[in-house]
Amino acid sequence: MAILSGKTKAALLGPLNKDNPVIVQVLGICSALAVTAKLEPAIVMAIAVTVVVALANVIISLLRKLIPTRVRMIVQLMVAATLVAIVSELLKAYAFDVNRQLSVFVGLIVSNCILMGRMEAFALGNGPWPSFLDGIGNGLGYGWILVVLGFVRELFGSGTLLGYQIIPQIFYDAGYQNNGFMSLAPMAILLTGVIIWIHRARNKDLQETE
Amino acid sequence: MKALRNYLDKIKPNFLEGGKLHWAHSTFDAIETFLYVPNSTSKSGVHIHDARDSKRTMIVVVLALIPALLVGMYNVGLQHYLAIGQAEAVDGLAKFLYGLLAVLPQIVVAYGVGLGIEFVVAQVKKEEVAEGFLVSGILIPMIMPIDTPLWMLALATAFAVVFAKEVFGGTGYNIFNVALIARAFLFFSYPSKMSGDQVWVRTADTFGVGGGTVVDGYSGATPLSQLVTADSGNFADFTFTGVTGQPLSIIEMFIGLIPGSIGETSLAAILLGALILIVTGVASWKIMFSIFAGGFATVAVINLFAANLVMEMPAYYHFLLGGFAFGAVFMATDPVTAARTETGKWIYGLLIGFLAIVIRVFNPGFPEGMMLAILFMNAFAPLIDLYIVDANIKRRMKRGIAAKTLTNGGKGNE
Repeated sequence: MAILSGKTKAALLGPLNKDNPVIVQVLGICSALAVTAKLEPAIVMAIAVTVVVALANVIISLLRKLIPTRVRMIVQLMVAATLVAIVSELLKAYAFDVNRQLSVFVGLIVSNCILMGRMEAFALGNGPWPSFLDGIGNGLGYGWILVVLGFVRELFGSGTLLGYQIIPQIFYDAGYQNNGFMSLAPMAILLTGVIIWIHRARNKDLQETE
Repeated sequence: MKALRNYLDKIKPNFLEGGKLHWAHSTFDAIETFLYVPNSTSKSGVHIHDARDSKRTMIVVVLALIPALLVGMYNVGLQHYLAIGQAEAVDGLAKFLYGLLAVLPQIVVAYGVGLGIEFVVAQVKKEEVAEGFLVSGILIPMIMPIDTPLWMLALATAFAVVFAKEVFGGTGYNIFNVALIARAFLFFSYPSKMSGDQVWVRTADTFGVGGGTVVDGYSGATPLSQLVTADSGNFADFTFTGVTGQPLSIIEMFIGLIPGSIGETSLAAILLGALILIVTGVASWKIMFSIFAGGFATVAVINLFAANLVMEMPAYYHFLLGGFAFGAVFMATDPVTAARTETGKWIYGLLIGFLAIVIRVFNPGFPEGMMLAILFMNAFAPLIDLYIVDANIKRRMKRGIAAKTLTNGGKGNE
């Protein structure tokens, strides 16, 4: 048996493209705008969300036959909150600066629509292995948007990438200036719009019919 | 003229269906209808048509802008020669020439980039080239500081045309004023090039004309920012100063011989433009009037509770300085982005005047509030219209029902 059969493959790869949580389902936009002014926090956030969603999916999937339907939301929230607390403590211990840049947004992963959505829509009805892949897929689908946004915004907003100067001094001497608008949230939502624009132009089946 | 018409007729078949240059049909159509009023008439039904199509309307706006542009060019030269201490040494024509040379590249860049994008988009979508950019292209340089680098101007124009216009569907569909979006983009992207006291007076030479070292005591701050930075004292004791520290008279402010964006300084030229727009019926006098009325009323109230210099400033200074008048006459009246119902125009104008003054007076970070006030109300214009239309429908409905019950009641009495 192949490691990835049709369904598990869709669970892993779908969210990267045609089922993307950010640019197709338009979930998790708030944190996507807030943490992408620089590339480094964007990458850390992407990893954190991927880990939390994957583990939360596995735990919920394992418990899915034990959880009474009425209290499933509370159980999901407990699992999510525990994982987020662990991730938050780990970041504080090993990446304090980045943690400070991410500020409340690490804690707010708990209320991230993607996390709750995947537990509710996928993990409750599927086994641990597909749930794990689904979590990884959605985390990465969210993550690559964040990385693209962080890349463009840091490059044009600060002239740097991961803190290293990329745009040479000669440009600045010739009159080039960093675009302050790139570091502001409105530009992030505009860029997200541009990504959605390009994505839909390439995937005609995603375009709404009027 | 006849020769031009004949030439156009001669080359026209190339651009029609099946012609070898058909791919460039939009471009040809744009040039032909720009030069001549199109001769096409409707084929069915009865239509009443004004001979004045939107290309002709746009040209009237451009004409109305010319006085402000010319005074602005002269003023650019004047401020330059004042700053380098040669104001007496050179005559008026030389000052105008300097300003012309400094402003012309900006107009060329704005038109080049904007029209370039418009033509390409129209060609790709196989539509007619829309005429909206004729006005935006001249407005954009006129609301920028003279020292805006050309690449920034090009970037802002491209951004505004693509994100404020084309994504909404092109000319006539935009929510926000395109020229103001270009300015807002630069304002938030490169604040150091769009505000402060370094950008309003060009001190470098232009194509070898002018240039020199600035005189001692030079300051390029606009009157409005002088007011914001002076934090104490009474307005009565406060004097606005020009670039060399000389006091500015009200007459100079009225003619527009003060530092500021190219087109905004001269109230006299703007009023002339307003007259052209109102007489030709191109722009709404209701919007212009209500903006000034809204501004006046707001200042009157603020003056009563004045606690600092800015709050004490009387209304006519607000109209003389900064972009208030220019915005009221040329930007807020843009028929696409303004309110369209007649009552709505009053509300829209009053609120712009109110907001512009409130931003000016209460936000020290923004000495000028006109741009944000107009953009903000652009967003609300459709909402205002919706409620006005809704209220009209309700009122008529009520009248209809009242009339109906009256007739029924009459029958009941028989």
